[in-house]
Amino acid sequence: MSWWRKAAQTARLMVGVPDYDAYLAHRAAHHPGEPVLSRTDFHRDRIDRRYGTGKGAPPRCC
Amino acid sequence: MAAATVTAHRRLTPQTPREWLLWGAITLLGAGALGVVALHRGEPVNALWIVTAALCTYLVAYRFYALFIATRVAQVDPTRATPAQRRADGLDFVPTDRNVLFGHHFAAIAGAGPLVGPVLAAQMGYLPGTLWLLVGVVFAGAVQDFLILFCSTRRDARSLGDMIRTEMGRVPGTIALIGVLAIMVILLAVLALVVVKALADSPWGTFTVAATIPIALFMGLYGRFLRPGRIAEMSGIGFVLLMAAIFGGQQVAASPALAPLFTLTGPTLALALMAYGFIASVVPVWLLLAPRDYLSTFLKIGVIAGLALGILIVRPTLQMPAVTHFIDGTGPAFAGALFPFLFITIACGAVSGFHALIASGTTPKMIATEGDLRFIGYGAMLTESFVAVMALIAACVLDPAVYFAMNAPAALIGTDVASAAQAIGQWGFQIQPEALTQIARDVGEGTILSRAGGAPTLAVGMAHILSRVIGGQALMAFWYHFAILFEALFILTTVDAGTRVARFMIQDLLGSVIPAMRATEKLAPNLIATALAVGAWGWFLYQGVTDPLGGINTLWPLFGISNQMLAAIALTLATVILFRMKRQRYAWVTIAPTIWLLICTLTAGWQKLFHPDSRIGFLSHADKFAIALREGRLLAPAKTPADMARIVFNDRVDAAVCAFFVVLVLAIVVYGVAVARRALASDRPTAQEIGQEAGDVVVA
Repeated sequence: MSWWRKAAQTARLMVGVPDYDAYLAHRAAHHPGEPVLSRTDFHRDRIDRRYGTGKGAPPRCC
Repeated sequence: MAAATVTAHRRLTPQTPREWLLWGAITLLGAGALGVVALHRGEPVNALWIVTAALCTYLVAYRFYALFIATRVAQVDPTRATPAQRRADGLDFVPTDRNVLFGHHFAAIAGAGPLVGPVLAAQMGYLPGTLWLLVGVVFAGAVQDFLILFCSTRRDARSLGDMIRTEMGRVPGTIALIGVLAIMVILLAVLALVVVKALADSPWGTFTVAATIPIALFMGLYGRFLRPGRIAEMSGIGFVLLMAAIFGGQQVAASPALAPLFTLTGPTLALALMAYGFIASVVPVWLLLAPRDYLSTFLKIGVIAGLALGILIVRPTLQMPAVTHFIDGTGPAFAGALFPFLFITIACGAVSGFHALIASGTTPKMIATEGDLRFIGYGAMLTESFVAVMALIAACVLDPAVYFAMNAPAALIGTDVASAAQAIGQWGFQIQPEALTQIARDVGEGTILSRAGGAPTLAVGMAHILSRVIGGQALMAFWYHFAILFEALFILTTVDAGTRVARFMIQDLLGSVIPAMRATEKLAPNLIATALAVGAWGWFLYQGVTDPLGGINTLWPLFGISNQMLAAIALTLATVILFRMKRQRYAWVTIAPTIWLLICTLTAGWQKLFHPDSRIGFLSHADKFAIALREGRLLAPAKTPADMARIVFNDRVDAAVCAFFVVLVLAIVVYGVAVARRALASDRPTAQEIGQEAGDVVVA
């Protein structure tokens, strides 16, 4: 993994967005042929997850 | 176990002469630097000595103590499947590179706490704060973070509350949940108070912070409709607009027409913040919260890195004495003696119970192997401690007289520079009144007097350091408002997100009585629970803003006590789990910090309740005002008998909250001891771990 790509990944995960390519790879490996979220939907899903108020919503620190 | 030998199972003792030499040298350097910091008297000490002492302490602690805890106490097993592997779904559960995950975890634990606490504690000198930050993080804070992360990773990334329920029982589980909600309320109030204190009567600061709302809205729309998911792009645009807002603020402050619009009093700002908190937590997350979070997260990391570079480049000398006479408890920023109040005031940075919630939140879902736990759990907390050390340095490079002018309430130093200079001179720190006026002018403010709360002091300290790297005197005001903006920005993000979390907890708790309240997607329960959440922290905030002793003096100890008590609860859980794993011979690792935290928090709780000094004890303060009220006298700042009655009532509520925390933590400890004794009597491990058997794999 290049240095730049890793930095970008770190920055994205800091605000709760995991790697989209890793998601695609996971879907391809475990659910081949099934539909995947588009980049936009993936992003929206992650925003809702991070700031959602449902079970498992990440807590905040002081 | 072959792969296991790579990192986690490194031998505890150095293996080669080279390793012995290296660690010997680091230890000697650290001890030497600590010696200079502790024993140097008379002349000012360079801040680099503190930095060196801190870094060497962290390295040695990480290499030896953290390794001991990981390999001997917890017996981490890098070959064991983690939740990220077993439940991999590409979304929540993702095995993640350790460096990337470190960034995620650190960004989640580092908030305003480690910046404010050390600044307040600087009133006792730089030495007590430095020592507690180093000792506290090595033996308590990082141990807690690591072990809770470890326990959660072995339990399907369960939350702290869930783990307390399964390992200790339903009742302690519910007690902990209520405790977390109460702590949340106090935390949000005290953080909002820090922002109010920083923005009151400051048109420049108020304009810049207000401008972040339209900026975030624009970014939100941009990221939703124009360029979805382009985080870097929208953050870049937002950053440029933020910088423009800082320069705009300068124009606003200078304009006779606009400045009055943004010159707000504390109570007005408090009400505005409550209105903001309510609206922000009911509008869609992508519109306001997410873009604000991007800005504040990246700015936070940038500023921390910038401050570290600034300190390395400028190498400032510490103006504050090593120890001031305020260790006797008469200090102006917060009342109370070194023991126990130093250990309460510096919460985050040394040990913070809140981290137990983060360490059992999203991070354990992304741990790729147990071998990474030490780096992420223990390592990130060491880094947070370093942030706190830098905040302490930034406060201590200021002229102590300036520091006290900024942190003493008006009741002690009056409201003009002449009375302030005189009062501070009597404490032994000489300054000319003109110098105080000059500093206010340098940073572009009307006055710097009585701006307690940490943020303004830290901002002046940072401006002091950063302006010597870039811009000199000319950019001092810019750097000051940049620092204020940075703190206000991420505090508001916390207020916004915290209100949502509190709302959900309220809905959950009320839902067990009134099932209709549980519908989180319905508007009515949502609005009711949000109003309750905002009302709760808003009440404490408003009380703090109108507090005769400056608010921070009342609320910060309450927050510190509750945060340390949460840490005691988390460490009690870790102790119980060690007993249930039949690893009780190592339980001293968690028992020792638990006992220390209990001693500090219970003593502080007792003193906040019953101390005869009305600056410390809530009840004696209430009595003082109640007696005066009965005799028909008015005590400042009360202007009417109704004000007097309100102060008495507020004090009694604070006392009740404090007593509640004490009862709460004692209950958890009693349960903990009982469960540990039962585990001791059992002849086999009773800890309920998940993931040992291959059948546990449920890749989604």
